[in-house]
Amino acid sequence: MGFELSREGLDRVLTELGESYLLYAPVLKVGEGRFTDTDVVRYDYVSSVEQIELAHKSDYAFKELLTPLSETLFFFTENECKVADAEARKVIVFLRACDLHAVKRLDQMYLANGPQEDWFYRRVRDRVAFALIGCPESFDNCFCCSMDTNVAPEGWLFSLEQTDDGYRCVVADEQLTEVFAAQAVGEAAFEPAHVSANDTVVRVPESVPVAIYQHSMWDEYTARCIKCGRCTISCPTCTCYTMQDVFYTDNGCVGERRRVGASCMIDGYTNVAGGGQYRRTACERIRFKVLHKVHDFRKRFGYDMCVGCGRCDDICPEYISFAACVNKLADAVDALAAQEVSADE
Amino acid sequence: MTLDVNVKALMKNAFRQSKVRGETASRVRVPGGVINAQSMARVVEIAEEFGNGTIFLTNRQGMEIPGIPLEKVPEVNERLQAIIDDSGVNQEERGKGYPAAGTRNVVGCPGSRLCPFGCYDTTALARRMDKAVFPNNRHVKIAFTGCSNDCAHVALNDFGIIGMTEPQYDPARCIGCEQCVNWCKRRSVGALSVVNGKIVRDEDLCIGCGVCVNYCPTRAWTRSPEHYFRLKIMGRTGKQNPRLAEDWLKWVDEDSIIKIAQNTYAYIDEYIDPGAPGGKEHIGYIVDRTGFDEFVKWALDGVELGPKCERASRVYWGGKRYDRSNELF
Ligand code: HEM
Ligand code: SF4
Ligand code: SF4
Ligand code: SF4
Ligand code: SF4
Ligand code: SF4
Repeated sequence: MGFELSREGLDRVLTELGESYLLYAPVLKVGEGRFTDTDVVRYDYVSSVEQIELAHKSDYAFKELLTPLSETLFFFTENECKVADAEARKVIVFLRACDLHAVKRLDQMYLANGPQEDWFYRRVRDRVAFALIGCPESFDNCFCCSMDTNVAPEGWLFSLEQTDDGYRCVVADEQLTEVFAAQAVGEAAFEPAHVSANDTVVRVPESVPVAIYQHSMWDEYTARCIKCGRCTISCPTCTCYTMQDVFYTDNGCVGERRRVGASCMIDGYTNVAGGGQYRRTACERIRFKVLHKVHDFRKRFGYDMCVGCGRCDDICPEYISFAACVNKLADAVDALAAQEVSADE
Repeated sequence: MTLDVNVKALMKNAFRQSKVRGETASRVRVPGGVINAQSMARVVEIAEEFGNGTIFLTNRQGMEIPGIPLEKVPEVNERLQAIIDDSGVNQEERGKGYPAAGTRNVVGCPGSRLCPFGCYDTTALARRMDKAVFPNNRHVKIAFTGCSNDCAHVALNDFGIIGMTEPQYDPARCIGCEQCVNWCKRRSVGALSVVNGKIVRDEDLCIGCGVCVNYCPTRAWTRSPEHYFRLKIMGRTGKQNPRLAEDWLKWVDEDSIIKIAQNTYAYIDEYIDPGAPGGKEHIGYIVDRTGFDEFVKWALDGVELGPKCERASRVYWGGKRYDRSNELF
């Protein structure tokens, strides 16, 4: 059922939800952008709809709740260990259709990749529910339609989008119908808005021949990419992390283990004992990242990792477009296939 | 044609005395170095109609239109009016051009309107300063630069203002990638180090350039909401003792800088060499004469420096003393 709400009405709904849930949503952080007097949209806890940034795509993804940039897992003393306390309250995460598709990828990686679930991920995941932010229009660089992620999968409690004079919410969870109905100024049958075309169209190759690893299409990136890792840190589907074992300086027998975000684009990722480094150049790293997103992951799990949110393109300081790169890849694969056909003839 | 021209008045009206007899050059003031395209077109028109069709781009981001016949000065002044209106430069009488030329064009690097490293809007602050000190006949040079790269060469000015930001660190967003550490080392002063996977900033060494904020991929580093500045003073070029401006204030605020510059005019009036040629003397020479403390007394009159501001109790300048020796060593 769809409800129309005024801002005040929606705030009353959020207040009521706030009794059982924390609300985690995209927020415009004024002045916290990279450059002077620029802003950034990233996730934080909110208590009113005014704080939620609905007009822009978030620069950083919701995943920071599920896989924090830096998280203490446990503390250790000489012979003992204590798991770090966690927030106990449930959370409603406000995200878009592509993001909800990304949750499936995170779950896949942390809960269904090998025999063991990730205990820490499971702990937070069980507390999380979702609210869907409708997308009346495509943002810059989005290519969700190419990745088949423009329509949200099931799994959201209610949807939210702004109208000219208020808000529209579709409530999927029957237990919440009452809460919304009590504050609504109108009722109608509608679906959450979703886009059905993007300006950016990406063609993902069906399969990739081994010859593509040596292809010259990657070469330009060594000079272009600064290996900063923004493209993966902002990506809702990247899951890589590394560990920090920290011994408190005053007492070298006590410390903590931290899990921090890692990126295949950043120096150090493939360093191994003895000074080895498997992907030294940026072009090797971009090749690895791109193939992971649109090929390797699919080989293992049957669907592509990338959900087409376009955040990697939005954020790259060097104007490297992942979307353009995948299209170059598709062209290169076609060209290689054509060569093979003509060689056969 | 008889030419009876008050050259002193002409120069005060921002026209140059030309070595070509009967000609002058109009000096267009461009505070902060930004002029809108319309006014640029007006400069072109004046150059084509009254000048010799060329425009000289000055070192201090102004423009000079040479080859103007002296008798055309009143007409040129009228044509300058729209340019003066656009640039917001203070005036005394409409249609009469610029009321002074002593206090030089206030210079600004592109700053945060364009440059990724700019720590503040240099253009806006240069214009604010111009409004605060112009018109004035005293020979004062002020320049604003966005960060410690000092692209505006503020170290050659009486007042050189360098933008600073105080980096704010959120350890919860830090993944320990060390890009800030490496870039601070490569592009700046190496004020960052890693301790137990997190970043420690040497607050004394940090020059507030914001390079770490620029390169942090996670927004663990952000800029302080306050814009801070480094104020370098009494740099100069010239014949006797050219020298670079030296640091006086660090982490100072915008309002204090404006007030200090304004205060300095009263100090100059009080202590300038009455015999100085053209009534102009680099302030630095006055400070050399009165002693630094006397300058400070006047400059800081009524100024309340913020809690973060650090002040050098004494400033020492270098530079060769050509009035004492012209030897090559
Ligand atoms: C033929 C012998 C060896 C093979 C094939 C081998 C292979 C590997 C591989 C594939 C990795 C994972 C790299 C990655 O995840 O990026 C690894 C990691 C590692 N290896 Fe070996 N290894 C060998 C010998 C050794 C030896 C002798 C040592 C120690 C003396 C060692 C210490 C390590 C360490 C500490 C890591 C973890 C590095 C890290 O993830 O930061 N390895 N090794
Ligand atoms: S690779 Fe880029 S477009 Fe794809 S999910 Fe990640 S950030 Fe979004
Ligand atoms: S390997 Fe790279 S692209 Fe793949 S999840 Fe990790 S950081 Fe992301
Ligand atoms: S592709 Fe762009 S965002 Fe990604 S590591 Fe390279 S420079 Fe950074
Ligand atoms: S502001 Fe500049 S000097 Fe200070 S820590 Fe950052 S990069 Fe280094
Ligand atoms: S660049 Fe940012 S994320 Fe990386 S170590 Fe520095 S503060 Fe941490």
